Amino acid sequence: MARLAFFLLVLLAPLRASWAADPLVADLTSHLIGITTGFTGTSMVLFGATDGPGDIVVSVRGPERDLVVRRKSRIAGVWANTSQATFPNTPSFYSLAATRPLDQIASPSVRALHQLGLDNMRIAVKDKLPPEEAAEFRAALIRTQQRDGLFGRDPGKVNFLGERLFRTTIGFPSNVPTGTYLVEVYLIRDGNVVSGQTIPLDVSQVGVAAEVYEFATQQALLYGIIAVIAAAMAGWLASLPFRRV
Amino acid sequence: MDIYLPIAAISLDVVVLLALGGSVGFLSGIFGVGGGFLLTPLLIFIGVPHAVAVASSANQLVGASVSGVIAHWRRGNVDFQMGIVLLVGGILGSGFGVWLFALLRQVGQIDLAISLCYVVLLGTLGALMLVESVRTLLRQRRPGGSRRKLHQHYWLHGLPLKMRFRRSKLYISALLPLGLGFAVGVLSAIMGIGGGFIMVPAMIYMLGMPTSVVPGTSLFQIIFVAANVTVLQSVGNGTVDAVLALVLLLGGVIGAQLGSRFGAKLRGEQLRLLLALMVLAVAAKLAVDMTVRPDDLFTVLTEGD
Repeated sequence: MARLAFFLLVLLAPLRASWAADPLVADLTSHLIGITTGFTGTSMVLFGATDGPGDIVVSVRGPERDLVVRRKSRIAGVWANTSQATFPNTPSFYSLAATRPLDQIASPSVRALHQLGLDNMRIAVKDKLPPEEAAEFRAALIRTQQRDGLFGRDPGKVNFLGERLFRTTIGFPSNVPTGTYLVEVYLIRDGNVVSGQTIPLDVSQVGVAAEVYEFATQQALLYGIIAVIAAAMAGWLASLPFRRV
Repeated sequence: MDIYLPIAAISLDVVVLLALGGSVGFLSGIFGVGGGFLLTPLLIFIGVPHAVAVASSANQLVGASVSGVIAHWRRGNVDFQMGIVLLVGGILGSGFGVWLFALLRQVGQIDLAISLCYVVLLGTLGALMLVESVRTLLRQRRPGGSRRKLHQHYWLHGLPLKMRFRRSKLYISALLPLGLGFAVGVLSAIMGIGGGFIMVPAMIYMLGMPTSVVPGTSLFQIIFVAANVTVLQSVGNGTVDAVLALVLLLGGVIGAQLGSRFGAKLRGEQLRLLLALMVLAVAAKLAVDMTVRPDDLFTVLTEGD
């Protein structure tokens, strides 16, 4: 199905370009990432076509969460959390891909306007803190998310196949947060964003994992009791082979 | 081979989880301690979120303890009467402990409070047990040494409400095990563990129970404390990962069976010495962790976790 869509797009691309209705058309091979019990991360192909030469920038943003950053310091020889900062509505996932390094594609003001790149992303502290301290917390947030694979360290590569067709691969780690993701595709010419498209992507648990999660959240008491009984049964069963004595 | 854990929301290697459950189960089978005080920090170390590690360990403890109790029960090493009295105290205590936990959390610094609890408690207990078991071993070496009495009597045994515990060969006040159960219940709610590592030495030294019935009786009591914690955590925080617990159990129950067999071959004094060393090692590790500068001073968490 996805492959068919791709070929159709390839065939139709020149037609659409000649209509000059959409300078940019892009899509993902699938709009759902299903997390099963065997999930170890996945990657997804984004493909599209333009009506002529230009640069493509693709950003992927995970669902927004309120993130709390805590800082430890030494009190009487022991390291304890002493201060914290809250970053409301911060993307839980962020990755970027582009045809060339961002600074060659767009000016700082354009990058800031469209929040391209981690430096330009709106990650702001809610608490009233001195600017240096806020910047330190922000840097710590980005560093930690990068270490966990949730914020991309270096931009990925968007490749052109010929003049108009492009594709890129977006990677998702096994700890990817669930929710609705927004994949944004920008067509940039001479430093200006000419066209853009937003594609939603759903990341959710499916199969057994989803059922367990659903049950645990909606029937917490029953789930807890069943978990206890299951564990007790497993303990009893496992002792059977050892019965002889 | 990786498995995705629905509540923890991460993938972990099944082999690692099985090995982890197995080795903790082995120790719990030998000593009759649930092993929660080892399992929880180890789970956090391999990347399971704090809250999920605590809650799922409790879930795992239920199964591991059932399996352990069966093994001890077959050898007649469970004092059910004592277990039930301890349990009554334990349930009252854990109720109070949950309330105290919420209070500590409001004030902040619950993590530090937990670590301090561990270090002080484990350090004191471990040191006392080490001294005691070394002394016993030395005394036995000396020829012609006087035999120890079955157990010593002091003021604690003079309290009212005397009860006869046949299996433990004791005639003591019921307030004693009741109070012990309560104290351990409070601590286990705050520290997120079964409390066997406190219960076991207290049963030996405070109540004067014969070493042979201690592990089985302690495990019997832990089953219910852990079950209580699992249900409370599920309802209160939704952090019980049953998939994680069952995988850990698979390794854990086999480890526990082997452990209880191995433990039966060891002499009481050796058992105490080993347990003392293990408790001290955990305390030392935690103390070092608290005082060494962390790699990253900052931690990030999602609000509400």
